[in-house]
Amino acid sequence: MTAPATLDALCTEINWMIGGPQGTGVDSSANLFARAMAVAGYWIYGKREYHSNIKGAHSYFLVRARHTPVHSNVDPIDLLATFEKTTAEIHAHELLADGALIYDPKLTDPDKLNGLPPSALRLPIEYDAIIAAIAQETGSSPAKFVIMKNVIAVSASLALYGVAMASVEEALAGLFTGRRAKLVALNMLAVNKAYQAVEALNVAGSFAHRIAAQPNPPAKTSRMLMNGAAAVGLGKLKAGCRILTYYSITPAVDECIYLENHPEYGMVVIQCEDELAAVNMANGAATTGIRVSTSTSGPGFSLMAEGIGWAGINEVPVVIFNYQRGGPSTGLPTRSEQADLLCVVHAGHGEFPKIVMAPGDMNECFEDAFDSFNYADRYQTPVIVVPDKAIANGTESIPVFDENGLKIDRGQIVGPQSNPDDMDASIAHYPRFKITEDGVSPRVFPGTPGAIFWTTGDEHTEIGHITEDPAIRLAMHDKRMRKLDLAAREIPVDRQFMLYGPEKADITLVGWGSTKGAVLDAMPVLKDERGITMNYLHVRLMSPFPADGVAAIIKAAALPVCMESNHQGQLAQLIAMRTGIQLAHKILKYTGRPISQTEVVDAVQQVLQQRTERVVLTYGH
Amino acid sequence: MVTKLLNQPLRASQLKSDKHPDWCPGCGDFGIVNALQQALAEMKMPPWEVYLLSGIGCSGKSSHYVNVYGAHTLHGRVLPYAIGAKLANPKLTVVAAGGDGDGYGIGAEHFVHAGRRNVDLTYIIFDNEVYGLTKGQASPTLPQGDQPKSLPLPNINQAINPFALALACGYTFIARSYAYDAKHLKATIQKAIYHKGMALVDVLQPCPTYNDLRTKEFFDEEIELRGQQTPRVYSMEDEGYDGVVKNPMDREEVNAKRLAAFEKIYQQEDRVGLGVYFQIHMPTYTDLLRNNLPILTTSAPIDLPYYDDQMNPVTDLASGWQDFIV
Ligand SMILES: Cc1ncc(C[n+]2csc(CCOP(=O)(O)OP(=O)(O)O)c2C)c(N)n1
Ligand code: SF4
Repeated sequence: MTAPATLDALCTEINWMIGGPQGTGVDSSANLFARAMAVAGYWIYGKREYHSNIKGAHSYFLVRARHTPVHSNVDPIDLLATFEKTTAEIHAHELLADGALIYDPKLTDPDKLNGLPPSALRLPIEYDAIIAAIAQETGSSPAKFVIMKNVIAVSASLALYGVAMASVEEALAGLFTGRRAKLVALNMLAVNKAYQAVEALNVAGSFAHRIAAQPNPPAKTSRMLMNGAAAVGLGKLKAGCRILTYYSITPAVDECIYLENHPEYGMVVIQCEDELAAVNMANGAATTGIRVSTSTSGPGFSLMAEGIGWAGINEVPVVIFNYQRGGPSTGLPTRSEQADLLCVVHAGHGEFPKIVMAPGDMNECFEDAFDSFNYADRYQTPVIVVPDKAIANGTESIPVFDENGLKIDRGQIVGPQSNPDDMDASIAHYPRFKITEDGVSPRVFPGTPGAIFWTTGDEHTEIGHITEDPAIRLAMHDKRMRKLDLAAREIPVDRQFMLYGPEKADITLVGWGSTKGAVLDAMPVLKDERGITMNYLHVRLMSPFPADGVAAIIKAAALPVCMESNHQGQLAQLIAMRTGIQLAHKILKYTGRPISQTEVVDAVQQVLQQRTERVVLTYGH
Repeated sequence: MVTKLLNQPLRASQLKSDKHPDWCPGCGDFGIVNALQQALAEMKMPPWEVYLLSGIGCSGKSSHYVNVYGAHTLHGRVLPYAIGAKLANPKLTVVAAGGDGDGYGIGAEHFVHAGRRNVDLTYIIFDNEVYGLTKGQASPTLPQGDQPKSLPLPNINQAINPFALALACGYTFIARSYAYDAKHLKATIQKAIYHKGMALVDVLQPCPTYNDLRTKEFFDEEIELRGQQTPRVYSMEDEGYDGVVKNPMDREEVNAKRLAAFEKIYQQEDRVGLGVYFQIHMPTYTDLLRNNLPILTTSAPIDLPYYDDQMNPVTDLASGWQDFIV
């Protein structure tokens, strides 16, 4: 083929995919790849797709790496790494014309692959031969090393991209620490052989996606390879969450396991018998005065509704994370969706103030996890946070979270109301639900002398006894709801919503959650490649809803379009409900796969040029 | 666990709240709440360190009637609520109360798992065989074939045996008492509160409004046993039964006591045995937590600090970061 590329012709961005049966280490190989790229100075975005199954069904991982920060994936891939048949069959058509396929010639005949671009580079890797060689060198049985097919596929990929072997070694050292450190040397055997195999094929020079060295690689200590579930976990730790209750469910369980793995922080992580227990345990703990939270996903959240209502009427500061996945019911349990918004905003019967936050990236996960406890304490009401699976299981290299300026706000707490030796005063009652102007009643905790009070799911008096008196009902209901106005006034506007991009634009996308990454990545591409200016209204606080600010931006927009991962355009419905404004144009995706940068670019152009009212996106397996 | 006791016992009346019970005249619930007030008063526990929790039902209202911190929680959910409160603040004496429908019906899953966890709690079940507050439907303890006056048709479900269930799940204190045996009930509640671990007190509670089978008259009756008239309700201890394991490390003793308890629990006779069916001292959930989370050896969750004098969070994330830096 052509002569080796000059440095100028080298790429500054790659888009790589590895796939394989669930349980064969696709995850860890993608992690290794992402780490090696990060070590080489690249910014990373990684997307994990898997079936609701433990071993066998097809799973894959996409890693995009770039000289500059990146927050989404693009559709056609430039290198597909496979070590079994199915991945090649399912994904070969997704390769760019100048892309490359790494495959096992014993299992796959590229000529028989449907949709593999004829011009794509084909790299046969003799996995079994490499494994046999390693076995011989170490004097053990080849069966022990079958698992290393991943490492071989990753290393062959990195070799083809032109990433120095030292980066792989450093990445391995980062992955295998402590007791597992001895695995580095063994893995390096496989890495070496994979690099040699690619060299022997003598095709690297003709691969159009070889990459250039990072001119100004960011300082290593200032960057993390983060995922959303851990970002939430870190935010909860920072806020001082003391008890986390959960009942296992994908993808919420990732956060819980992460936290349980850090006993040094003293957080009590309790795997409950079900979600009813999880939320009520959290309520019980929260009333004693500590910070607690519970994490779940769709079906589990449905079960929690009654307990959330109890927290609402009793003004309990409990924090609930609902990691959205495909619904309804168990829907698409391992896929992403943003379809719980209206359910969450209206969770529980009757009326009570709710604070609902929807983080859109890793950083917002950390911030919202931290702030949720401050808001819960300050407004004494349940706070529900709704990340989506795409963020929870997504990987991104990002600057280390900014911990400066974080302040703890425990709200209004009163201490002992009497001297414990004065018995009569010590058993005096306290108006825990005192009717106040802003709706907040100073809290006191069981164990405090002189401040006995009650809580009940029924309407109650200021000390918490059941009442059906209409006048008290009115005053108490009004008091609780007033807290929403207070929160709307106090929560910083930039935490409520944010307009990204130019003030005036041809088109304004309105979205929430993980959609943010793809939209922000698409913005410069639309401008540079298609001459379209776009801005993005990212809504982050769903209750109390920032109606005025959102309405003002939408009214000023030339063409407002909602973009969400659901069927109805739930944010658009919420906006209509709160502002009276109907968004006529919608770009929606509900295949359970997140929206890509490529899809945003194409859909925006379509809406702008053809005024399509409803664009449904479908890309991805 | 009680951190500090009062110098002198309280008067039970000091533990009556200003809210008057709205139960039907003759309801067994009065007896249970009175006994609880007497038990707490006598034990010299600071009332503000007692957290009385209840479920939903007639019995669920009891938390409002005692002058200690109270939470009237959701139907069937009192145990998880109690577990959360106790783990957060182990200094509180946490007592949970509720009906048989609440605990053995809708709350059955929590009932089972509370046994596995052995949190230091006292759980008092008001066992009247019916769902009082929803007008007398059959509860899980109503025997098959029975038809109290509130049931349109005879009960075709079998009754559960709560004690067999509790024993199978790991409850470390299992006792029965009777709503109108004030002395026995008070003493049993005290034993349950002193017990370190998950304690169940099932209290037979007449519901004169809906259950016309197990009434006060029924329990007060004398019955014939081996040719002699004896009270229907009797103390098992008085007849020599001892369900308390003395040495929890002695497997033989533990096995023997557990088997004896099962035998008592399944004994078919017309009499009703009151007393401790089984008791064993085992590490509590909080004890076990300390093995995994050493920081809790010196500090309960409630005592861990959140911020410094500038309101800055005191949690240092350094060890958390390490997993992610590249
Ligand atoms: C989730 C839910 N379902 C149903 C009810 C209605 N409900 C109120 S009290 C009750 C039964 C209470 O029976 P039990 O626990 O035996 O207590 P008792 O009234 O006999 O003391 C029911 C089913 C409820 N409050 N919550
Ligand atoms: S219905 Fe039965 S349990 Fe309820 S208050 Fe009346 S007598 Fe008591």
